[in-house]
Amino acid sequence: MDRLVLGDNQFFGINHMSEEKGRIQSIRFRDIEAVIKVIDFAYDSGIRSFMCTTHERIGLICDHMRKSPSRYATFQFLPCMPYAHKYVNAITEAGVLRAIKRFLPREGILDAMIRGGTAVASKDIDGLATLLIDAEMKMFDGLSTPIIFLQNVVVDLLLGLKFDNAFRIFAEHVKTRYQAEPGFITMNLPRLLSALEKIGITDPIICSNMNKIGFRMCGGPDAYNKALSAGHCRAFAMSVFASGAIPAEEAMSWLSGQPNIHGIVFGASTTEHILRTKELFGKYWAPQ
Amino acid sequence: MLRTAIVGLGKMGLSHYAILNTHPGVQVDAVCDTAGYLLSVVAKYTGVRPFSDFRKMLKTLRLDAVVIATPTSTHYQLVRSALDHGLHVFCEKPLSLSPKESEELVTLAEARKLVAQVGYHNRFVATFRELKRLLVARAIGDITHVLAEAYGPVILHPSTTTWRSRRSEGGGCLLDYAAHPINLLTWYLGTPVAAGGTALKSVFSSDTDDAVAATLLFHGGESAQLCVNWSDESSRKMTTRITIWGTAGRLFADRQECQAFLRSRATAPAGYRDGWNVRFITDLTDQVWFYLRGEEYSAQIDYFVRRIEGRQEDENINSFASAFATDRAISMIIEDASRRPHG
Repeated sequence: MDRLVLGDNQFFGINHMSEEKGRIQSIRFRDIEAVIKVIDFAYDSGIRSFMCTTHERIGLICDHMRKSPSRYATFQFLPCMPYAHKYVNAITEAGVLRAIKRFLPREGILDAMIRGGTAVASKDIDGLATLLIDAEMKMFDGLSTPIIFLQNVVVDLLLGLKFDNAFRIFAEHVKTRYQAEPGFITMNLPRLLSALEKIGITDPIICSNMNKIGFRMCGGPDAYNKALSAGHCRAFAMSVFASGAIPAEEAMSWLSGQPNIHGIVFGASTTEHILRTKELFGKYWAPQ
Repeated sequence: MLRTAIVGLGKMGLSHYAILNTHPGVQVDAVCDTAGYLLSVVAKYTGVRPFSDFRKMLKTLRLDAVVIATPTSTHYQLVRSALDHGLHVFCEKPLSLSPKESEELVTLAEARKLVAQVGYHNRFVATFRELKRLLVARAIGDITHVLAEAYGPVILHPSTTTWRSRRSEGGGCLLDYAAHPINLLTWYLGTPVAAGGTALKSVFSSDTDDAVAATLLFHGGESAQLCVNWSDESSRKMTTRITIWGTAGRLFADRQECQAFLRSRATAPAGYRDGWNVRFITDLTDQVWFYLRGEEYSAQIDYFVRRIEGRQEDENINSFASAFATDRAISMIIEDASRRPHG
């Protein structure tokens, strides 16, 4: 597993500090070529892993990569699904059940449709969930996806509902169908870790906010530190700079003092950001 | 432990369920919904007790509080029954479809001394709270004018199938979406005295409005313009923006940041200076015990619980009375629209 991972929030106008900054980035990356240029630079600098939501525009990047297999021979996608706003907006517009139906595959796999129909009728969530996962994974056909993440709105909703079995459904499907490792993104790391342990998912890959100011680290930095100290998960830190609220050097220096951090997901929109992050990573996280 | 039930398993009902379910002082004993399929799935996988009949649930279980997240047209009856049974109520916004009904619920909740709160979560967003704090501190002197905006991608196609597309059930941009910025306006300025220049416009919906423009006038002579559109795909998710002009400066807030331009050091509260000031959500937000889609959703539930336990004594944020002020403003806008060709 790579330890330095490029994220994709910046390409889709997501900025936790400023809607205006987010909009400026949306405009800057309105052409997918602009996104690919940043990814290419990162890749050529040795950052081979790209963590991305299953936003429909990612499909364009996938198409691009498929066209040049030799250029991107060691490139890895770490998909994170689903693109939550797609679901949240659809649920608001169409209701929970119709929204789910909307995202089931419509073409190609006829038996998938039938399985979907049965799932609804027999109240069998397992079948439905695996169909939705397959629908989200379709864009990555033929590409390397060593880790597949479940997105935080879904993880945290399931965690709150105590629908823990869903995590197992996800983990098993990802392993068997895609030969990938399951990952979980959460804003509630200590709580998630204990829920996963209870259902026998050991040493999970968990991606969570970790930053000096404790922004969106539910339970607080101390609880995170305690949970990580036990060393029972492979943790990826995201929002390390809290969308720019913490100076880069200070942020990385703090993170390097936290126990058992496996890697970092960072969002960069310029070559300077990428080089700077890589340099700081090298300084505080000597390559192992 | 506070014994609670969730009524309505839509987007907000499920979200409230997850949040309540993790609260250390709360247990969720039941969920109630008329959609049998969803109810049985939730019951099957989480073990919670399902009810399809609200009255039967109230008769069967001993509860302390209910969270009501059903279509707006059903709020009045459900809230009334819950209060009649002596239960504390957290109800999704808006409180009801008519100010008369809302007023009745305000009186009933007060007479029974029950905690009654409405889910206007923006009052728990740190940036909008900071704006309130700055106004109370008179950082920009007397308010002259306010611009209240909300945009988002909810209705993007002509045919939709939920209650949100039917005016009679409380659907439509005004009741379901504009209620949020209107609620912030009434928090900052009080209940308006009049509405004018209203345009309720359909963009895609055949039965209701998808965009709202209106002017509201307030007791102290302040004015506000409302501009809301839920058929705006340029916003990734709902964005709510408030800009306030005053004699001593200008304030702006959205969910992420709060900007204050203060003309003079004399009116600047501690930590602020003359000229531009910017505060970000990353600095202003308090930690919550569980996070799902925003700290404010957890914070408002915790506030509700604390009030029931008698641990929270203050302005009574999002009381039924404050939601009633929003309903009155909405009805002024509807009345004004009915006088015009666009209505």
